[in-house]
Amino acid sequence: MRKSTGQATLALAAEAGRTKLPDPVPGDCPMAIRGLTVSYGEKPAVFSVDARFAPGAMTAIIGPNGAGKSTLLKAALGVIPRVSGEVRVFGQPVEQARDRIAYVPQRASVDWDFPATVMDVVLMGLYRQVGLLRRLTGAHRAAARACLDRVGMADFAARQIGQLSGGQQQRVFLARALAQEADLYLLDEPFAGVDAATERAIIDVIKTLREEGKSVIAVHHDLTTVRRYFDHVFLINVRKVAEGPVDEAFTEAALNAAYGGSLAAPYLSQLELAG
Amino acid sequence: MGAEFVQFSLTPMLIGVFAAVACALPGNFLILRRQALIGDAISHVVLPGIVVAFLLTGTVAAIPMMLGAGVAAVVAVALIEAIRRLGGIEPGAAMGVTFTTLFAGGVLLLEQSDTSGVHLDVEHALMGNLESLIWFQADGWASLVDPVALAALPPELGRMATVCGLVLLATILFWRWLVMSTFDEGFAQAMGLPVSAIGLGLVTLAAISAVAAFDAVGSIIVIAMFICPPAAARLMTERLGVQVAWSVAFAVVSAVLGYVLAGYGPLWLGASNAVSAAGMIATVSGVILGLACLFAPHRARIGAGRSPDAV
Repeated sequence: MRKSTGQATLALAAEAGRTKLPDPVPGDCPMAIRGLTVSYGEKPAVFSVDARFAPGAMTAIIGPNGAGKSTLLKAALGVIPRVSGEVRVFGQPVEQARDRIAYVPQRASVDWDFPATVMDVVLMGLYRQVGLLRRLTGAHRAAARACLDRVGMADFAARQIGQLSGGQQQRVFLARALAQEADLYLLDEPFAGVDAATERAIIDVIKTLREEGKSVIAVHHDLTTVRRYFDHVFLINVRKVAEGPVDEAFTEAALNAAYGGSLAAPYLSQLELAG
Repeated sequence: MGAEFVQFSLTPMLIGVFAAVACALPGNFLILRRQALIGDAISHVVLPGIVVAFLLTGTVAAIPMMLGAGVAAVVAVALIEAIRRLGGIEPGAAMGVTFTTLFAGGVLLLEQSDTSGVHLDVEHALMGNLESLIWFQADGWASLVDPVALAALPPELGRMATVCGLVLLATILFWRWLVMSTFDEGFAQAMGLPVSAIGLGLVTLAAISAVAAFDAVGSIIVIAMFICPPAAARLMTERLGVQVAWSVAFAVVSAVLGYVLAGYGPLWLGASNAVSAAGMIATVSGVILGLACLFAPHRARIGAGRSPDAV
């Protein structure tokens, strides 16, 4: 990675004040982040963020637009380069834990006119199993179909992906992640622009994942559903604002700090805030 | 259709087919990545590189031309970056200016240098020399099994066939990488795919095709073959594998039909001279795209943009 002088300065600033290495990350911690800084230019999008996500939890990453929610997720995965910082997934560097991570990018990040069927997309989730050259067998197709069934899309397997509604496309992306049989699911705005039926289908799948002992981390923008859908929150506005169980960390003070006091009081009162 | 066909038409037609297929294969992925004009860009940029390589070595050999083209591509990238940053000009305009300027520089250089002994002049740079790649030693279909005659095949045929085979092999071997990184780069990267290397590899493959085809058939057909067959193929199907097969079929039809029409078409119309084969091949590929736009089964999807509710 080539760093501009501005980015190097940023990395130094992010490191300032850190004198000792953190405690070793236990192997059951799905994701631990230390000193993560990401920058698209001179100004950091994510600055010196530490995070330790709880195992078997459903965590919502929340914060205002441009707060670096998606950037945090992508940089932790290595999808975009980080200026500085360390990421451990189940105690290992993220590169060595790829088999245990499933990632659902934002639906709008791909071109849905791509000549592929729903089945083609879900089969991509099996890449870690089949690699570059191994043949896809009937068993692989059956596994992919089972994942489509879990999101209620089995009837659409042969459909071209561009012919689906936004909600159906989102469910296909989730099915592809299920096909990975991972232990940690990272979802980037899974509920953005989807219909009510899809929202329910997705949350049902996520809750089942938690019952199976998997960890789920989702970038989320709808504060009104935080308490119903998630048990942990991570508040960010370039820097970390708060993290922890919803009952402890989802407070008015934390929201005001993250959103700069821009949330109206009547709105806040609907959120069943903690503390 | 006998001895004369083998001697005068078989090899140029085959070279045209190999060139068209070699460009159409990477063209499928370039179009899906919205980098269709990279083929155009490469075919422009390589000209000064090829001319300089010729001036330095005095021959039209494959390796120096490839190196010259590679150096020219690096210079082009540096120039685009410089214009974009120093001039504050948007990337598309910076690229357009760089490519046409380099191509124009190549044309001027070509005019000033003594290339009378070889097939390297402005006309050939644009239209290639397909018609002249004939097989003098052949005297009928039997020559195909005659080692003496086979040894005298034009070297362009072997070169273009090798490049075409290489491109085909790479497309098959790296199919999943190409598909996944083209459809969803973020996901592919999270899966551990080397997406930057895949992108670079694809452009390199396209460059190799472009330089080899440029040598044989000139820049017009190179530009057309990167875009027309894959774009027409996209309108025929919703499956990428099927699309690539259609693009190969369209490339072959363009090359064969274009060559035949260029050689015999004007005679059928009463004219006395044949027209440029490369020009006719490019025209046929354009007509195929036009017909696909009007009649192909999946024409509604292309250019439809992203789903309307996407942000």
